[in-house]
Amino acid sequence: MPNSWIDFLPTLLKGAEITVLVTIFSAILAIAAAFAAGLARLSKLWIIRTLAAVYVEVFRGTSLLVQLFWLYFALPFVGIELPKMLAAISAIGLNFGAYGSEIVRSAVLAVPKGQWEASVALNMKPWQRMFTVILPQATLRMLPPFGNQLVELIKSTSLVYFITMADLTYQAMVLRNNYIAWTTEILVLLLLMYFVIATLISVAVRLLERKLTVGRL
Amino acid sequence: MNTVIIDQQEALPSRSEGEPSTKTQPIVRYKGITKSFGELQVLKGIDLEIQTGEKVAVIGPSGSGKTTMGRMLMTLEEPTEGTIEVDGELLWHMQNKEKLVRADEKHLHRMRCNVGMVFQHFNLFPHMNVLRNVAEAPRKVLGLSKEEAEERAVSMLGKVGLADKLKMYPANLSGGQKQRVAIARALVMRPKVMVFDEVTSALDPELVGEVLAVIREIAEEGEMAMLLITHEMDFAKEIADRVIFSADGRIVEQGTPEEIFDHPKSERLRSFLQRFRSGGN
Amino acid sequence: MWDWNYALDILPELLRGLQMTVWVTLCAFVVALIVGLLLAFAARSRFKPLSLITKGIIEFIRNTPLLVQVFFLYYSLPLLIGVSIPAFYAGVIGLGLHYSTYLSEVYRSGIEAVPKGQWEAATALNYTKAQTWRSIILPQAVPPIIPVLGNYLIVMFKETPILCAITLVEMMMTAKNIVSQSFRAFEPYTLVGVLFLIISYIASLLVQRLEKRMNLQRGQ
Repeated sequence: MPNSWIDFLPTLLKGAEITVLVTIFSAILAIAAAFAAGLARLSKLWIIRTLAAVYVEVFRGTSLLVQLFWLYFALPFVGIELPKMLAAISAIGLNFGAYGSEIVRSAVLAVPKGQWEASVALNMKPWQRMFTVILPQATLRMLPPFGNQLVELIKSTSLVYFITMADLTYQAMVLRNNYIAWTTEILVLLLLMYFVIATLISVAVRLLERKLTVGRL
Repeated sequence: MNTVIIDQQEALPSRSEGEPSTKTQPIVRYKGITKSFGELQVLKGIDLEIQTGEKVAVIGPSGSGKTTMGRMLMTLEEPTEGTIEVDGELLWHMQNKEKLVRADEKHLHRMRCNVGMVFQHFNLFPHMNVLRNVAEAPRKVLGLSKEEAEERAVSMLGKVGLADKLKMYPANLSGGQKQRVAIARALVMRPKVMVFDEVTSALDPELVGEVLAVIREIAEEGEMAMLLITHEMDFAKEIADRVIFSADGRIVEQGTPEEIFDHPKSERLRSFLQRFRSGGN
Repeated sequence: MWDWNYALDILPELLRGLQMTVWVTLCAFVVALIVGLLLAFAARSRFKPLSLITKGIIEFIRNTPLLVQVFFLYYSLPLLIGVSIPAFYAGVIGLGLHYSTYLSEVYRSGIEAVPKGQWEAATALNYTKAQTWRSIILPQAVPPIIPVLGNYLIVMFKETPILCAITLVEMMMTAKNIVSQSFRAFEPYTLVGVLFLIISYIASLLVQRLEKRMNLQRGQ
């Protein structure tokens, strides 16, 4: 029997490590997918716009847990077996990428038209306009909504519990099974750990934002 | 693809009244240019030539389409009908086998080397400091090395009197300073013709002078042709070789500054100047 | 690969699960609407401790996972209060409370969008505080945010599968049960996804139409 709630910490911290790993990798995939789909939706070619729109609608229209189950439990029936980690990262990353694409799209559209015009007047090529003039400004606008999404993403990593990945939630529920009498302590501890992780991340994003905007706006 | 086929017969200039004698090859030639935004026709047939090094001021009531004329030269607005030539080559069209087709991005890119523009609202890049605002395009577009580009930028910024503001961001500059950076940014690309689109209209009155002084200095250097779209009558009179009065989408009258300001022929121009003199700016 | 007979076979069962999904969504939405408004009021309170504590609670709920909150309600709360809570109620309260914190933000933005002059006019007409809220502020603050509320309803709908963790037999749980009997996972989970997609797509079209109509009414 544990003597106090302190005894649960080592196990929970081990779970927190998985949670943070899943968070980092899914966030990277989500950002990549968000930029790819967000820019694709602004493409001149209708086929690219349509493909991006379908991706966004499908991943926003079904729920994350369903996507996770589908990738992990249903895909093996058509011969694709993803390891747990990969299934988790793909589901979370693609799901948040779909939401993030809207952020990218609207941030790009929000850059004043004069900026496009000035970059045309300086004879920049279309990709130079995008990467040296438009995106650097748009990215600044994306930071606050991306920060919010990142907190949502951390929370959603708890769903990997359903495919028995040993994340924070999973470790806590195993502990609870072993020490039912400590249920409340374990769950409160679990809530607090998520709270700390999420708060740290949102503070970090806010600091980054302040650092990047310093002297410019 | 957006293919525009121009009847070449129609695209030829239909009239050429009041043009100065053609001593040199024109750097810009508008032929039968019209522009419609939906139902609204803002340009109703513009024919205009600008000679190498010539300073042309365009005056006229707002809504007369004069800004659209400048934006077309900068490829920001596509003509509905007609052609524009820059340095003897079509700007918005290119020859594809037998037909004239709409220029593609590659053609526009090549043609834009000749043209620069300064905007009413500066359009500086807010995420770059002053030096980078000016040095960015020479590096990325002209392919200069970082050192060369910055050297050019610094000397150009010195010319507009901002050598001490290199590390500042646009947000921390006054309107007049912003516009001077924008002028340096356009000049550093060494265009053959430059469009100044109401560059003092967004400025507080006390800041107009410093910007005009810079433009005056550039004008005196000669080489570069200028299309000055402006409300500053005195300034137009002072530096323009030729003044164009446009109203309702047409060029109503053109001539030397003396002809236009001191001996206006048309009633339309007389009443326009009248209103300006009585009401000030 | 895809067995149509099997798919048609299990569809009625999934649709029964879908009924529960919709029902739990609607109940939780009502909770979120009411609690969200209360939170919005409390966060605006002039009484500093109340507003600070409310903001703290909102922050805490928003920064922790719904799944863990539902676990807490289902497993821990009964130990604390000595009454067991059925999965349905734990689900409704958990989902409702979680999203009430989001809706309180929506209410706040709606309330703050009402021009200050409206408050002053109400004061000038000697309205009481309650009258001001009821007949001046809320009637102006709520209509513009209805489409946003509608979007949150859709978001909550898509969050319900989480409740299968506390054995609520909604659509996801139904699919899981089917899989554990037949050992065929492809059709059930694909069908669940398709059903979610259809419903949330139609719902989002409805919200868009509502938004357009309301913008027209307000003459925008």
